[in-house]
Amino acid sequence: MAAVSPSVFLLLVNGQIESANLPEFDDLYCKYCFVYGHDWSPVSGLEEGISQITSKSRVTQQDLVWNFPIDITFKSTNPFGWPQVVVSVYGPDVFGNDVVRGYGAVHIPITPGRHKRTIPLFVPESTSRLQKFTSWFLGRRPEFTDPKVVAQGEGREVTRVRSQGFLTLSFNIVTKDLKKLGYDMTSEVLSVPEATYRP
Amino acid sequence: NFFTFNFDPEPPEIKEQTSIKRSSPNDEKKNEKKERPEEDEAIEKDQEEEIEDEEEDDENKQTAQDFLEMKPAEFHGYNNQLQREREVLYTPSALTVPTSQKVPQNMKPRYLEEEGLYVGERPEVSFTNQNILENRLIQQDEGKKWFGDDGRVMALPNPIKEYSTRPPVFSAFQDLDPTLETVYRKATKSKFTNHYILGTGDPQGDFQLDIDVSGLIFTHHSLFSREHVLAVKLAQMYDQFLVRQQKNLSNLLTNKLHALRNAVQNIMQLHGGLILNPATQHRVEEYKMEIRHTRKLLNLELEKDRMLLKGIIKVWKDIKALREFQRFTNTPLKLRLRRDEVNKMEEEQNYESEIQAEVSELVEQYEEECQKKLTDYEAKYAEWKAWKKKQKAKRKKKQQEDEEVHEEESILEMEGEPTKPQRPDPVDRAALEQQVREKAFAIRKRPGEPILIPELTTAGNVTPNELCPRGEILRREDTLKRSVFIKVVFNNKEVSQTASRTLNSDFRVHFGQIFNLKIINWPESLKLQVFETVGSSSSMLAEVFLPIPETAVLTGSAPSEEHEFSSNQRIMFDHEGVGSDVPFSFEADGSNKLILLTSGKVSCSVSWAIGENGVPLIPVVSQQNIGVQSPLKQLDAISYIGTSGLTDMKKLAKWASESRLDPNDPNNATLMQLIKVIATSGEVQIPDYFRLEQLQEEFNFIKEEEFQRSKRFRLLDLRNQEVPEFRNYKCIPTLEREVSDKVFQEYEKRLSESETLDTKDYLDAHRALVAKYLQKVRETVMNRFLLAKHHYILSDVVIEEEVPSIGILGINLFKLAEPKRPLKPRRKERKKVTAQNLSDGDIKILVNVIRAYDIPIRRPIASKTSASTRPSRPFTETLVSGQPSQSPSQNNDWPINQVLVRPFVEVTFQRTVRHTTTADGPNPNWNEELELPFRAPNGDYSTSSLQSVKDDIFINVFDEVVYDIVEDNRERGAGIHTRIERHWLGSVKIPFTTIYFQSRIDGTFKIECPPVLLGYSKERSLGSEGGYDAVRSLSDGCYLTLFITIEPQLVPGEMVREKVSFFDTQEDEKLLQAAENFQKEVSMKFPTRRCITTVIDINGKTVFITRYIKALNPPHELLEMTPNNQQETAELMAHFVSLIPSLPDNVSFAGICDLWSTCDQFLDLLAGDEEEHAVLLCNYFLAMGKKAWLIIGSAIPEGPTSYVLTQEHSQFIIWNPSTGQFYSQYDTFCPLQSVGCLVNADNVWFNIQQYNAPMRMSFDITKSKFWKPFFSRNFSHPGLSSIQPEELVYLQTDRAAVAELQDRIEKILKEKIMEWRPRNPTRWNRYCTSTLRQFLPKLELTRGKDVGDEHRMELQSLLGDYRICGFPIHMAFSEIQPIIEAVYSTGVHNMDVFNVEFALAVHICPYPNNVLSVWIYVASLIRTR
Repeated sequence: MAAVSPSVFLLLVNGQIESANLPEFDDLYCKYCFVYGHDWSPVSGLEEGISQITSKSRVTQQDLVWNFPIDITFKSTNPFGWPQVVVSVYGPDVFGNDVVRGYGAVHIPITPGRHKRTIPLFVPESTSRLQKFTSWFLGRRPEFTDPKVVAQGEGREVTRVRSQGFLTLSFNIVTKDLKKLGYDMTSEVLSVPEATYRP
Repeated sequence: NFFTFNFDPEPPEIKEQTSIKRSSPNDEKKNEKKERPEEDEAIEKDQEEEIEDEEEDDENKQTAQDFLEMKPAEFHGYNNQLQREREVLYTPSALTVPTSQKVPQNMKPRYLEEEGLYVGERPEVSFTNQNILENRLIQQDEGKKWFGDDGRVMALPNPIKEYSTRPPVFSAFQDLDPTLETVYRKATKSKFTNHYILGTGDPQGDFQLDIDVSGLIFTHHSLFSREHVLAVKLAQMYDQFLVRQQKNLSNLLTNKLHALRNAVQNIMQLHGGLILNPATQHRVEEYKMEIRHTRKLLNLELEKDRMLLKGIIKVWKDIKALREFQRFTNTPLKLRLRRDEVNKMEEEQNYESEIQAEVSELVEQYEEECQKKLTDYEAKYAEWKAWKKKQKAKRKKKQQEDEEVHEEESILEMEGEPTKPQRPDPVDRAALEQQVREKAFAIRKRPGEPILIPELTTAGNVTPNELCPRGEILRREDTLKRSVFIKVVFNNKEVSQTASRTLNSDFRVHFGQIFNLKIINWPESLKLQVFETVGSSSSMLAEVFLPIPETAVLTGSAPSEEHEFSSNQRIMFDHEGVGSDVPFSFEADGSNKLILLTSGKVSCSVSWAIGENGVPLIPVVSQQNIGVQSPLKQLDAISYIGTSGLTDMKKLAKWASESRLDPNDPNNATLMQLIKVIATSGEVQIPDYFRLEQLQEEFNFIKEEEFQRSKRFRLLDLRNQEVPEFRNYKCIPTLEREVSDKVFQEYEKRLSESETLDTKDYLDAHRALVAKYLQKVRETVMNRFLLAKHHYILSDVVIEEEVPSIGILGINLFKLAEPKRPLKPRRKERKKVTAQNLSDGDIKILVNVIRAYDIPIRRPIASKTSASTRPSRPFTETLVSGQPSQSPSQNNDWPINQVLVRPFVEVTFQRTVRHTTTADGPNPNWNEELELPFRAPNGDYSTSSLQSVKDDIFINVFDEVVYDIVEDNRERGAGIHTRIERHWLGSVKIPFTTIYFQSRIDGTFKIECPPVLLGYSKERSLGSEGGYDAVRSLSDGCYLTLFITIEPQLVPGEMVREKVSFFDTQEDEKLLQAAENFQKEVSMKFPTRRCITTVIDINGKTVFITRYIKALNPPHELLEMTPNNQQETAELMAHFVSLIPSLPDNVSFAGICDLWSTCDQFLDLLAGDEEEHAVLLCNYFLAMGKKAWLIIGSAIPEGPTSYVLTQEHSQFIIWNPSTGQFYSQYDTFCPLQSVGCLVNADNVWFNIQQYNAPMRMSFDITKSKFWKPFFSRNFSHPGLSSIQPEELVYLQTDRAAVAELQDRIEKILKEKIMEWRPRNPTRWNRYCTSTLRQFLPKLELTRGKDVGDEHRMELQSLLGDYRICGFPIHMAFSEIQPIIEAVYSTGVHNMDVFNVEFALAVHICPYPNNVLSVWIYVASLIRTR
């Protein structure tokens, strides 16, 4: 039964997009997708997803809660290009136009176990005041051509962004055969369970 | 029910907690109470109440007093507080700390500076701050470690440099130092831009080497007389003497000896014979050693001096004797000896004391040696004695034993016997003294003897010729006959030579010439060749190699150096000349023979010239070798001290140790390090590289070699470099062994191919070269593009709505008023899909085949038509009335109910074949939608990958012919037995990229039909549709209406146009700015019309478009063909241009941009796309004196393209440069759909008319209402020069090679056809083939027009018994593969009838410059009887 020296390792990710803290906005939904290197391929599960619209609680000023599950398994031969989850949050503006409220990305935790990540969200800025006004007026805010831009460094120097709020994700990670392929991920430092990611 | 709960376990806990609570705030409460008694009462009450409550269930009956205590608040006085603070706080004083506190106990401060060690300048810190700091440090426990030996805070040298390393920035208002002013210089184009064109060398500047040849002196020459030989010898010796005298070594050494002796004496006297301490003893020893050494040297020098003097005198005597003997003088040399008288007494004393001193020293030395020897002797003697005893004992033993056995051993022992040491002799002082005296006598001047100083002059007289004997006269005459010159040879090439100078009697030649060598190549060798001329013949005497000067040797500072040379030529004379390499003697008896070779010295200097502006004209060292070398290589440590060219490192080290460089001074650090390296290794190893990251190696996780070896790492590396084959390689295996070697095969093949293009695939060596060239260009552009791809601009990353303009708002408002369901619906834009999230099978190509016009119809075999020969037609006739030959007068026997043609359309894409149903008649209407799946290469649906898809969509029109093959009439009722044949009628080819970029193609395409279709004709029977004929006959081809699109619609990749700024340019900034503005302005108004003002040339540089247009000479052969028919010539030009193979840029430079090559490049490459064709054709028309413009527009099916417009009288003609076809402006079937702008050499006009279809617009560019010029009054034409060559040079095409090629193609095609019919035998009808072959040249002559009828008839008469199906194919020749493809696509070989025969003929018509027009005639024949 024991497989003779595996050639791929598996990374099972399940978790959820729990909530977001975006004080100014309401009625938001979010999309997620994964960005990963050439050597990675999803084995099962949804690579992209779009959540329900959630509104804030009327009673207390609280976070926007989605509890939107993520469940995906990756197969890879090379840890280079470790998958990142990219989350983009959308919602209506004053005029009811659907505009983007934040982009954010974070690497899938590399160690097995339960992890919680809080990621900052940001949106691209308009290039000029006039643009800003017209974009506000017409409800066509600047957006990234591809949300996956936020997961890569190339070309970011031409953009200017404004930070918007925070989003919390939780992950449960299971890996298979990583160690057999020579990647030891179980060091003491790495397995701090609740290390939050803040800029 | 609250009480019913069981609280049992809890109460005790609560109690405890409360009790703790109570006790802990106790103290505070007490304090509070005392201060605020009034408030307390209230609290107290509360407390009491609480307590009361508690008391009910609490047994501890405590009162309030137990918990509360009253006390005043604590208060400390100010002084008290100060005191406390003083305990905690520390304020450092600003007073100087005494040095004694700062250095360790019982130590004096040490000042390194005074000890001579290097101490850097300390950074400036104010005294107060320094004192405060010191006070603070002293206060600490280990404070002293902060202080150095000198009692000051340790400090690194001041890091602030006195001068700024960055040049200062000046504000614009201040006056600049003129030397610092920035001067703008326009970049100039190098002479060697086309660095890919073979054979051009590397660009190198002008460098100059100055060689100053001042003169030549022979130290021996074959024409030397005996006297000359001696004279030269004397002169040399005298020179030596002078040099020695100048050095005066003997005097120097004498003084040194004296000084040393004095030193020893001093020491001895100082200690007055006491026992010396070891150090002094040692020093004395050293002195003594030094004395001995110096004395030895002195003796040597003295001896040499004396020998030299003696030699001079002897040679002079010889000369005198010789002169007397031969009774004439040849040389003006004269030696005089000057005597300096000296004080005899003093000298004698000196002499004596000198000898005594030497003797005493020698005695001392010998005694020492004696002592040593004596001790040595004693030790040895003792040893010997011991051995002797042993030997004796042994011998006794041995006698008892068998002697024979130990014979050998004894012999061995006998050999090992030490010799009995000799006792050393004691020193004999008298003998020593005698020795010293003898030596002194030999080498020293005797006391009292006058000092002899020789003086050599050339004041003597040379005996005139008349008085000389015959031999000598002959020699002198011979000498005068000879002359000498020197050739300068650079890199083994003769550069220049000096003037020829006659040889003088003194054998000295003066040239005094300076040669300025302008060099292009790096100097490898430089030599002078000395030539001697006798009469008219000259021979080389010798070569002198000159070293290439160091880069620091510049003209003006270069010293003149003498270079010796010699020649081993053997020359003998019968006169007085001694000859060369010939033994001769000065003695009368011929003994003591001498052999002398011709030799001499050239004095010259070589240096680098200095240019006008003081810049040395020295080639950069990096050009010395091929390949890139870092200029940093030159930066060695030596250059720091300002001496370049110091090559002897050992000397340098010596110099450094002698000059006492401060090793601690950082300025000398590099030098010291270098010296250290020399000192340790002995060898100088200046690293010949500069390492940016010295520690990189430490961080490499595996070694370089291992990295190279590993296939997996290689794969990763290649992918990272975005090598095309691996750019999207997925899942590189984890383990080395899982990487198969196959992965690299393709890549390696490509690499090796790019280096060695095998000429086998290419029929013609030139094509191979072009292919190689294109490959290189492609690579450069690709690299540029890859670079540009990683530059991002905002719009690449962020989508942002543009600020809406009034116009757009207006249109939007107008849209609101549009009807919801218009009567004439238009195709709406669909939503575009980004290519990333697509996979195989998602994309389909939809081909909507609507209808076709004028399909050729079948002809009865027996039809006879009257061939009408036609004169050349004017344009008007051709264009308006169409085809006069196809007059409706023809009679035919075609039955009225017979089907004319049954065409169907077959679409082939990526090996998927779909076809429509079969329709009837020459104007079929299918209206069918065919769906073809699309697969991207490697499953990569990214934009860049889709752009590079090279697949074409083939749309073929076939005729379905049904033959009844029932042989027997009796069976006719029982069953239908037919054979279906399909006959190819024509095809349309559309590249996928066109569809991809245009997203849809909608229109009527001309079907490419062969000029002759055997068995078919374009004629229609009048009976059926006569009434429409007048309208129909406007066209002379057949047409297919198609609508092609991709489902879902893909976002076409952005062209790099926006990123053009990344490409460099030679154009003026202003012009580019204007061009950009112009383009922006017009694209705002007419976003769909193409406007091009700047294009990218083959070097990747932006060039203004008008520079491409210039009248250029067409090949004169073509002009001569039809000298008096302008129109015919123009058509011929178009034909010639269309014969140059097309190569669309979009495919080769995937998604990058159009590259425009100039006409000469185009003709060189013999490949280009529509733009190049159009530019060439336009230039030809201009040369013919026509008014011609370049049309930038779009056509079907090419999409964006370029056409040529000419004006003939009042009419405008549109030329398609890639097919050679021409159309009238009002031709409905003109493929040109829209006109964006017109270009000629002077200007660019943009179409601002309402319509852009050529039919509906005016081409009158003078009307500013219709055309917007680029250069107008506001921005006038700056006089842009053309980038085209002055004249085009055409090569004559080699006819023999063409004939060979023709045979080869025919052979290959025949083989292929047989190969494609593996199951049936392929028979060739030779008779038909030869007939067809005769037709082909005719077809070329008429360019495939209007020969069909004559041709067919001819063929019919010859082959009446056959049913022939076939057609000629015409192609421009590029490679053989497309030809094979074309033949294959017609499907002629698919004839499965048993008795089919084939005919195939190939004809190649050569045009100048290797442009070839290929005609292939294929036909199948079936015997009907």
